[in-house]
Amino acid sequence: MRLIVNGEPHEVAAKTLADLLGELEYEGEWLATALNGELVRATARASVALNEGDRVEILTPRQGG
Amino acid sequence: MLTLYGTELSSRLLLGTAQYPSPAILMDAVKASETKIVTVSLRREMAGGKSGDRFWSLIQSLGVHVLPNTAGCHTVKEAVLTAQMARDIFATDWVKLEVIGNHDTLQPDVFALVDAARILTADGFKVFPYTTDDLVVAERLLEAGCEVLMPWCAPIGSALGPLNLHALRALRGHFPEVPLIVDAGLGRPSHAATVMELGFDAILLNTAVAKAADPVAMAAAFAKAADAGHMAFHAGMLEPRDVAVPSTPVIGKAVFT
Repeated sequence: MRLIVNGEPHEVAAKTLADLLGELEYEGEWLATALNGELVRATARASVALNEGDRVEILTPRQGG
Repeated sequence: MLTLYGTELSSRLLLGTAQYPSPAILMDAVKASETKIVTVSLRREMAGGKSGDRFWSLIQSLGVHVLPNTAGCHTVKEAVLTAQMARDIFATDWVKLEVIGNHDTLQPDVFALVDAARILTADGFKVFPYTTDDLVVAERLLEAGCEVLMPWCAPIGSALGPLNLHALRALRGHFPEVPLIVDAGLGRPSHAATVMELGFDAILLNTAVAKAADPVAMAAAFAKAADAGHMAFHAGMLEPRDVAVPSTPVIGKAVFT
């Protein structure tokens, strides 16, 4: 299945957002996720199914003003 | 004591965490400033990366409140989603709401800002809006549910200092009970003292500290200036006069003739 993750195309086998994080080796604990412009809470990632062409954003704390 | 959304804070300085020469200098600057609130952002994480974890553990070790921002967002939808993602990760309902309307000035899109503030307050957020010094926009933001206002005094990172004292004074005069924080445009401690002498409640800084030759010393200098301006406002300052008035008593002066 082809997804856009943080703006980059990825071919993945993952069926859920939680699986995707594992497959792409996102190892950090402090992540926030969105699917097609909607928040997916950390607690909901395992139950959110992915579909062809989905856009996923994976964000993390960073310096800010 | 400064109170923002029911939280009492012993410092009148809020500090950004970007652009420091090193993480160690950032930590020392935060400590030197005695700030109780630091701002942070959310950005894309690389696969396999842990840069966010490292930064976040550093921030957590400081023992201060975290104010996530929506920096770089240009639409209501972007800003609202970023705020929601920040709440999920930082477990705080505070958000520094930025909706940028112009690339050159980083001026807020105040129309989108008010819309986003209304959506977020309805969703339980405690919104700290980065706004202009426009009085009517300020009124709209309060109507939208904001209990704090953060007007700029000059463009972000410009170091120009307060460009329109009249507008800042008008905000203070119209909203005597609303916490007002000057966010953006301060370049030097005298700028901070000036806006605090107007009766502003706090200042939010980043570039002026982070890009100083000695960020740690500058953080302390800004904290002293903010406190000095605050104390002066409450102490009641002398109004300027056009003619000299002798400070030493005239009566009893010897006459040498």
